[in-house]
Amino acid sequence: MENEGQEKESEIVNEVNLKEDFQASGVADILAELDNSLIGLTPVKTRIKETASLLLVDKAREKLGLVNESPTLHMSFSGNPGTGKTTVALKMANLLFRLGYVRKGHLVTVTRDDLVGQYIGHTAPKTKEVLKKAMGGVLFIDEAYYLYRPENERDYGQEAIEILLQVMENNRDDLVVILAGYKDKMDKFFESNPGFRSRIAHHIDFPDYSNNELLEIAEVMVASMNYQFNEESKKAMAEYIKIRKKQPHFANARSIRNAIDRARLRQANRVFNNSEGPIGASFLSQIEDIDIRQSRVFSGGIDK
Amino acid sequence: MRVTQGTFSFLPDFTDQQIHEQVQYCIDNDWAVSIEYTDDPHPRNTYWEMWGHPMFDNPDAAAVVYELNECRKVYGSYYIRIIAFDSSPGWESIRLSFIVNRPSEEPGFKLSRTEVKGRNIQYSITPYSSDKPQGSRYK
Repeated sequence: MENEGQEKESEIVNEVNLKEDFQASGVADILAELDNSLIGLTPVKTRIKETASLLLVDKAREKLGLVNESPTLHMSFSGNPGTGKTTVALKMANLLFRLGYVRKGHLVTVTRDDLVGQYIGHTAPKTKEVLKKAMGGVLFIDEAYYLYRPENERDYGQEAIEILLQVMENNRDDLVVILAGYKDKMDKFFESNPGFRSRIAHHIDFPDYSNNELLEIAEVMVASMNYQFNEESKKAMAEYIKIRKKQPHFANARSIRNAIDRARLRQANRVFNNSEGPIGASFLSQIEDIDIRQSRVFSGGIDK
Repeated sequence: MRVTQGTFSFLPDFTDQQIHEQVQYCIDNDWAVSIEYTDDPHPRNTYWEMWGHPMFDNPDAAAVVYELNECRKVYGSYYIRIIAFDSSPGWESIRLSFIVNRPSEEPGFKLSRTEVKGRNIQYSITPYSSDKPQGSRYK
């Protein structure tokens, strides 16, 4: 990144090796990690791979002197809660850093509260402070549509939007903005703020997880906490997912995480009450089906 | 007369890219970077006005360059400098300070000699620009 002007002239070469660039940038590791650590989300992964190759090719074109304008990298992630938007944003920041499109590659996550002030003249400095913190990295605005409140014409959100748009346009090399939120609300938000729509190049939809994917996620989560399922508890988990999915406030992977946390609680209770004498690690880390089946979900209630 | 002070005073004025790199060096050393401006170039004028807050938690120098350009919009005809504070010794001490903006015309300093007791001479310098009241010195 240093001395960009000088480097451009001396670095113009006649051919590039995309495979070598690909290896050298370390992008392969991130894409592989993305594949392994995230279950499902096939359309998202495809889009990210496409974006990555586009950016790689752009860098290569730049090296060959086929100068093109620095691409717009601002993105919008839309999907239901718990579909992995924040996780993917974190990976995206790392990816852009490896490809050399952001200098630091850190992720700053904000919501409306962090951008919009409470009285006149409070919003602009607040928004700018956040933008400055995110420079050199990625700014992730969760539930971005709350910035725009059409029902209150004195709402300061509009001011934050204007500053955001200005910096997104003028400091394109300094930061990448990712907006995230529910699909329908995001669509409405873009409709009423056409400036945003045109400044965002990549719209990525996050689909809901299927039952099997959710079960797989549950297994990965349990394993990462050093617990394990057996056949019966796995079956119980599958049934839990089926019922829970039909209930209101279902938040995909987040609901699964909460269910597992509660199962651990019940497991701890069970182990404590039933244990006499010394017990081994396998006993301490085994989640039985009773731990899951005690959930209110099975008796028609709701786990929040 | 070109006013020089601080680090790099013997070098030509920096471009924004060079400022960016110097500031990044400061940030990477965990120094707090801030922007100050004044229209009184007297060398003993130590305390300049501060532009905004000291920037403690910006990992990238682009934020400082952004603020510098904001400051130039308002005080483009003033002296603007960037200073970096190091708090690691337990108190705040300036590690680095350099001028990043100067008026297009710098009239320089008037040297006055006063004869005092015993034919001794007392020297003092006054910036020509400080004849005018603060705020209307450089246009």
